[in-house]
Amino acid sequence: MTGPAAGFAVRLTGIEKSFGPVRANRGASLAVAPGEIHALVGENGAGKSTLMRVLSGMYAPDAGTMEVDGRDVTGWSTAHAIAAGVGMVHQHFMLVPPLTVAENIVLGREITSHGQLDRAGAERAVAELCARTGLVVAPGRRVADLSVGEAQRVEILKTLYRGAKLLILDEPTAVLSPPEVDELWRVLARMRAGGDTIVLITHKLDEVMEISDAVTVMRHGETVGRVATRETSPAALARMMVGREVALAGAAPLPPAPAHTATSADRPALEVRELTVADPRKARAVDAVSFTLAPGEILGVAGVEGNGQTELVEAIAGLRPARAGAVLLDGRDVTRLTVHERGAAGLSHIPEDRQRRGLVLDYSIADNLVLGQQRLYTRRGALDGARIADNARRRIEQFDIRPGDPAAPARTLSGGNQQKIVVAREMGRDFSVLLAAQPTRGVDVGAIEFIHAQLRAARGAGKAILLVSADLTEILALSDRIAVMYGGRFAAVLPRAMATEEVLGAYMTGAAGQAA
Amino acid sequence: MIFLALVAQTVRISMPYLFASAGGVLSERSGLIGLGLEGYMLAGAFTAALGSYYGQNPWVGVIAGVGGGMALALLYALCSIRYKADQVVVGVAINLLAVGATRFFLRLVFRSSSNSPRVPGFSVVETGTGFLALAHNPLIWMGALSIPAVAWLLYRTPFGLRVRAVGEHPGAALSVGVPVPKVQWIAVALSGALAGLGGAYLALDQHQFSDQMTAGRGFIALAAVIFGRWDPVRVGFACLLFAAAETMEIRLQGTSQIPGQFVQMIPYLLTIVALAGVVGRAVPPAALGKSGD
Amino acid sequence: MNGRLRAQLEETILPPIVALLIAALVGDLLILVYGQSPAAVYRLLIQGTWGNAYGLGQVLYKTTTLTFTGLAVAIGLQAGLFNIGAESQLAAGGFAAGVVGAMLPAGIPSVVLLPLFIAAAAIGGGLVGGAAGALKAKWGAHEVITTIMLNFVVLALLNYLTVAHFKVFDTLHTADIRSGALPRLSAVVPAFHGSAANVVLVLALAAVAAAWWYLYRSRAGYELRAAGLQPGAAEYGGVKVSRVWWQAMLLSGAVAGIGGLNFVLGYKHYYEDSFASGMGFLGIAVALVGRNNPLGVFLAALLFATLSQGGLAVNAVVPKQMVEVLQAVVIIAVATSVPEVRRLLRGARRSAAT
Repeated sequence: MTGPAAGFAVRLTGIEKSFGPVRANRGASLAVAPGEIHALVGENGAGKSTLMRVLSGMYAPDAGTMEVDGRDVTGWSTAHAIAAGVGMVHQHFMLVPPLTVAENIVLGREITSHGQLDRAGAERAVAELCARTGLVVAPGRRVADLSVGEAQRVEILKTLYRGAKLLILDEPTAVLSPPEVDELWRVLARMRAGGDTIVLITHKLDEVMEISDAVTVMRHGETVGRVATRETSPAALARMMVGREVALAGAAPLPPAPAHTATSADRPALEVRELTVADPRKARAVDAVSFTLAPGEILGVAGVEGNGQTELVEAIAGLRPARAGAVLLDGRDVTRLTVHERGAAGLSHIPEDRQRRGLVLDYSIADNLVLGQQRLYTRRGALDGARIADNARRRIEQFDIRPGDPAAPARTLSGGNQQKIVVAREMGRDFSVLLAAQPTRGVDVGAIEFIHAQLRAARGAGKAILLVSADLTEILALSDRIAVMYGGRFAAVLPRAMATEEVLGAYMTGAAGQAA
Repeated sequence: MIFLALVAQTVRISMPYLFASAGGVLSERSGLIGLGLEGYMLAGAFTAALGSYYGQNPWVGVIAGVGGGMALALLYALCSIRYKADQVVVGVAINLLAVGATRFFLRLVFRSSSNSPRVPGFSVVETGTGFLALAHNPLIWMGALSIPAVAWLLYRTPFGLRVRAVGEHPGAALSVGVPVPKVQWIAVALSGALAGLGGAYLALDQHQFSDQMTAGRGFIALAAVIFGRWDPVRVGFACLLFAAAETMEIRLQGTSQIPGQFVQMIPYLLTIVALAGVVGRAVPPAALGKSGD
Repeated sequence: MNGRLRAQLEETILPPIVALLIAALVGDLLILVYGQSPAAVYRLLIQGTWGNAYGLGQVLYKTTTLTFTGLAVAIGLQAGLFNIGAESQLAAGGFAAGVVGAMLPAGIPSVVLLPLFIAAAAIGGGLVGGAAGALKAKWGAHEVITTIMLNFVVLALLNYLTVAHFKVFDTLHTADIRSGALPRLSAVVPAFHGSAANVVLVLALAAVAAAWWYLYRSRAGYELRAAGLQPGAAEYGGVKVSRVWWQAMLLSGAVAGIGGLNFVLGYKHYYEDSFASGMGFLGIAVALVGRNNPLGVFLAALLFATLSQGGLAVNAVVPKQMVEVLQAVVIIAVATSVPEVRRLLRGARRSAAT
């Protein structure tokens, strides 16, 4: 990072950016050489996306300097960035669904004739661009009707249409199927060959090793280091990302599952039979999934996100109607029961989105610690304040939630502490089955270890746990059996001993197990 | 002959609706709720009367009406776009403000709490079906053109594409360098100008301003926007439909089995039905009302 | 803890103060435009409201209605719903009470009848609010639009019913209720003589207390506020959000409807077409300035009632419509300064912290 400024396509120094109390970037820096594919890695919440939004002009930095091609561009606007050939493909697509592909691409830089939109001209230009880049998509289609892969192509075409020579991609593979990922890599390689520069935000280290030339690692809003890809290893990068030695996949073996008692062996704690869940867009988000979960067992569900995991969990929890099939808790059919009734029947649920589902952010810690159990803390229609306070005191201490003030609004806590509220609540109640969806997403390393320990302890206590995670490391570290979800189905269910990243990866990508 | 007279009356009644709902479409398609249409229209009616009175020329009134409607619309834009205030609250307040301010200035300028003196308008002597008077009123032509003009603007111009993008997904528009607030400011200002023209039509047609003379027409225009599902052409037909119902009510007054109050309910009931999706759901622009977050 | 409380207090109190200052400034301008002295006019305004018993009585009368409509709007907003229909819900409540009252025989004690009247008014307003709630819960029809549209529909319907079936000849009101009218405050405090303030004020205060308990102390309130803040989280917490929606609108409409008793039982003793005019919309202002907190709603109702009565007090010098302008300015200024003040305060605190 000490090279001459002129040698870099991008050079960010000392970037500061805060949102309210959250400091997303604290003195972050980045240097990208022209014509390279540069990976920007870090854990969730490390500030990668914020830094790139600053570069693309969406956010103005609070402090720091930005140079592009040796020119000072600190605090420029998106319009300026676009004019200078900097384009960003966002993780959540920035596309207008009711508009056509061509309209989305030309938006902001419309083709006109006599002051009017030239639709035919726009579609011609887009078709030409498609032909030139190999990114094929029909210009006249409505974006709302496109698949995810096609939508991403439109996003890339948008930036290329604006003459982007520096392309920023934010977690581009999170939603892609394996063939789509391969195609993306081909396109990026082709762009690099044409002299373009690419910044790739990711937290997947295999991608980094496969495609990038150089890597910058971020942690807690700061830049930790910049290395050439061929001079580093996944383990070294992981160490930089979390700030200390980490155990990679499956290095922490579980103790053998506790011996099942006679009664529990006969009856699974959770049984799902031919469960089918409809989705407004896809016909079947979950397609006739069946499995059983025994007491004292952790069943991990791996898979690329968007393959029906969310719908599966929410249908079991009662948050989504099942179109067909049944859910049985301790042998009792709960398919028609409400969320509350399922909770009373022994179902506990750590939802994947704590900010939207798991917490009422403006409620206090104490009030959040009874969410879902409010009926148990009610006396003659009134909430029992004393018992709620007592519960809060105990849970805060037990789970080391900080700050420890029960009256503090959940909104003011860090992600890790917010998640601890959810975990404390869901594991503190009386339950036999726990649905743990992405239990450690966006949580700092210390909290991850704590939450993992809690899950192991619950397993030891004979609880049945369905663990859904996009993080293979987590799945491999905790599960007794591992199911891989692909296209709404369980592509495979493997015992832990048979599951390796390679095997799971094959199922996750649909390469294996199509016949199953 | 009677039929033609009915048509002529329907056209006259539809004018304020066409103007205001054309404005409403623009505002709502850019993501800003058109709750203040009634207020813009009332302010426009007052300033139009004022302009025509002091200019002794209806065209001065027309320009003043545009200015009056636009002034309130700009206040709405300032609060909800610049300061991200809640659109519904500001919209409601804009209407209260328009009522209070027009009353206050009516007393200040004309020393009356009910109406202004007679002001010059466009109309000529009524003959037969009333079509001649219509054809001589330039505002009628402008009103008839307002909907096609907005349709053209929305679907055929770069500005319109930007409006549609901003109302559906402002983040996407912003990411490609579309100046989102500016697009919204222009859309809202135009909606105020158009609604102001609707008010000017009312005042000049009646040759005076009278207290609360818009009498809920802005809300009927808003109903037409929703019933027409935010599409200018459908919205235009909704205006004509509502105006036709009103014409029937006036013509049948006293002679019909159906009380007038029930006919008055038609636009509102139809809008509720459209929103409830009994016959094809009315789905608003995705980012409508969300400038505050 | 203390810092947070202070921050919360600042964010709550500052916007209304900023708004009042802006309103006072606009008021100055209007008064000067009218060629009068602002100081003299404001003095007159205070004298005509809080300066004498009659004025105060009128303020309290208007406060009563505004408390009910303000609470109605606040309850809706706490559930995440914008009830713009308090106007017609208030009218429907008053109409129901008026019709019931007109059918009763004379001579039944008020104490016996009060629950009946409350029930009638609540049902009247609740039907209207509940309709909007059901439309939202069942079909997702946006309550802002449906309540506006229902205002027109219901007011037209009430007008028809009054004119066609219930009115006294040559008037636009129903027959006098024969039993159950409530005494005016002047019966207790003679100084209030002539003012419309009546015992329904006590009912309003009770409603404030009940609403506070309901929102912040009951389980139903916990669930209602959760549904308003984060429907997804409420649903996860076992709350049926669509049920909360229609129940909240039902309750909101019922509370607005009970406000109709102030006119019907306490003041005129009959229902009159358009008696509610403007009070529903001002309820939005009251809820906004009162920050949806029942106690705040009552204070805001006092403020808006004072402005409203004050307009009449100054009418001889400047047009009372000045006050209508000021009320609108207060709403706009509060709505605008709430997000802005919060931004500024938080920005200031951040820079103070670093």
